Amino acid sequence: MSATEAVRRSVVVPVPPLSHHLRHLESEAVHILREVAAAFANPVVLFSGGKDSTVLLRLAEKAFWPAPMPFPLLHIDTGHNFPEVIAFRDRIAERLGARLMVRSVQSSIDAGRVRVKTANESRNALQSVTLLDAIEELGFDACIGGARRDEDKARAKERIFSLRNSFGQWDPRRQRPELWNLYNTGLEAGEHMRVFPLSNWTEIDVWQYIARERLELPSLYYAHRRAVTIRSGTLLPVADVIEPRPGDLIETRVVRFRTVGDISCSLATESHAATAESVIAEIRAADLSERGGSRLDDRTSEAAMEQRKKAGYF
Amino acid sequence: MPFDPQPDGGVLRFITAGSVDDGKSTLIGRLLHDAGAVPKDQLAALRRIAARQGESEIDLSLLTDGLIDEREQGITIDVAYRYFATARRQFIVADTPGHEQYTRNMVTGASTADAAVILVDVRKGMTAQTRRHLYLSHLLGVAHLVVAVNKMDLVGFAQSAYEAVASPIAAFAAALGANSLHLVPLSAKHGDNVVRQSERMPWHAGLPLLALLEALPSAARIREGALRFPVQLVRRVASAEGDQRRLVLGRVESGRLSVGDEVMVMPAGTPTRIRSIVTYDGVLAGAAAPQAVTIELADPVDIRRGDLLVHAESPPRVARKFAATICWLADEPHQSSSQRRYQLKTGTQMVPARLEHIVERIDVATLSTVPAPETIARNDIARAQIALASPIAFDAYRENRATGGFILIDAQTQATVAAGMIELDAR
Repeated sequence: MSATEAVRRSVVVPVPPLSHHLRHLESEAVHILREVAAAFANPVVLFSGGKDSTVLLRLAEKAFWPAPMPFPLLHIDTGHNFPEVIAFRDRIAERLGARLMVRSVQSSIDAGRVRVKTANESRNALQSVTLLDAIEELGFDACIGGARRDEDKARAKERIFSLRNSFGQWDPRRQRPELWNLYNTGLEAGEHMRVFPLSNWTEIDVWQYIARERLELPSLYYAHRRAVTIRSGTLLPVADVIEPRPGDLIETRVVRFRTVGDISCSLATESHAATAESVIAEIRAADLSERGGSRLDDRTSEAAMEQRKKAGYF
Repeated sequence: MPFDPQPDGGVLRFITAGSVDDGKSTLIGRLLHDAGAVPKDQLAALRRIAARQGESEIDLSLLTDGLIDEREQGITIDVAYRYFATARRQFIVADTPGHEQYTRNMVTGASTADAAVILVDVRKGMTAQTRRHLYLSHLLGVAHLVVAVNKMDLVGFAQSAYEAVASPIAAFAAALGANSLHLVPLSAKHGDNVVRQSERMPWHAGLPLLALLEALPSAARIREGALRFPVQLVRRVASAEGDQRRLVLGRVESGRLSVGDEVMVMPAGTPTRIRSIVTYDGVLAGAAAPQAVTIELADPVDIRRGDLLVHAESPPRVARKFAATICWLADEPHQSSSQRRYQLKTGTQMVPARLEHIVERIDVATLSTVPAPETIARNDIARAQIALASPIAFDAYRENRATGGFILIDAQTQATVAAGMIELDAR
């Protein structure tokens, strides 16, 4: 028995039992993560410091306990970050003893791999080039991500083990049938797999798991006072990359972020939810979809996510 | 309301099958809409689209037709998963395309479903496609077959029109051996008998569709079955005392296991005992399906990925040959004469396999058979004798989906070419 395990056994923390539903989702995700470890030579977890990939890491800890999680972490840094998310990312990687690799969109821009129209435009879609370059450079054959099917119409149609061709593209017409829990993990030269253990989780499931596991998250996910730019009814964080426009109002409000991505496309919502439990209550009452209310990049068109995925996005 | 787990009714996983022409996308959209599961911003997007196209009413089918190609062609390409909840139960919906060329997606959705909702246009009645959907759902072991007889508004909500469609469907389902069949006359477009009981069909005594789905028993009976624990990984870690601990990682697919249990490692049949069950959340005295756990065994027996832990009193079959019903999924057909090799995957076992003999091809529309066909092509269902390079442990699919279902992978292209269900009677 390791020292940490001895501590774990001796400390009695009153933890509510997992609901039947969450227990099932947890066991499905653990099973998937172990299949990745068994089938691939060089898998990696895509870790952004967001809530979904934080849940993913806890599941990976559980899947291999008491052995360490056998995956390194990869973060694609857009350069337009919330500083508290980067600090959180580093802290979690250190606590897990996991190797963290960071590849930045700025390097891709400097190397001429990505062209930007303005320095401050959203870099969310630009991450695909940096990600595909990192996969090639580091030789990953499987990238484990925290995407969920309830996020978007294109995600709803994606397999748990989702094949990418040698250009990193997702082809919805050529997906492999995925029956029972039998995952076809075979690859041809140049191909790689994206794996989504949280496919069947919803936003509420993720928050209930965060509450149950007492997971630490970046403070942005909870209500805090912040200066925000009010622009046509939406609340944008005040940051260097948000260029002022005529009509903008800057005010201090109590807000939280429902999704956290590139700072230039993450919208704040007014909220007093300071705990995971109150976030759950708020989501239940909100009646807005997760990305529709919080992401500028998915508002652009009805098929924004699908087009990004076909280009190699997460 | 967003998908919100409720403890009481548990989860029901169901598939929907039928073509866009039958009104399937409209039905799912109606179900989500009337159950209050469509967020405000998505409704607003539908209103914008309706305004742009000069329509007065929103098109509920757009809630599920997601991909660009699908919207342009008015078809559904792939299985889409949806999540919603009512006060009584939560639902996972696999929306599967009805076009015949996409049958493989229906098989995919049915493999994990408790119920199938099959759409029929009351004006067309039971078609070859309806028979295919009923047959495949039953074949894949879906416990409840629900037939939604749609477009009742176009026949004046007449009982006689419904009865004319319902009788042959009931007869076909009986011939299949399906024992839980439910028929619901409805209008997805107007909402009759979808969420709200229709006042225009007082002659129908049964529940509306959603109430029926809330009431169906979910097929989660796996806890009571025989223990089946497929080994995913074996890992060694150093213990605090300096010696090696050997950890066996896997998920209890059916039944339960406890510390101290006498077990056998299959297919070798090596006996050993469960010494401990280790999890991140502490050690356990026992574990039941569908828990994923880590086990330590009492003896240093030979064990690896692909092995199956079972109780000695309820062993699986072990053999190098078995009979199975297979669904051919690949574009490229299989030629009997080719003796092509595949990789067969069941549980965590992977073994080279051949289709030794194709016994018969089943015509799904008539249930008639063609003996010993030379080829099987995409969407064909056939009974076959399968030969393996080495013995594996398995059960009949009817007894256990986890140890009786398999896929065949083309060793050259890595494509999944077929799905199969093991039968035990013919050896």
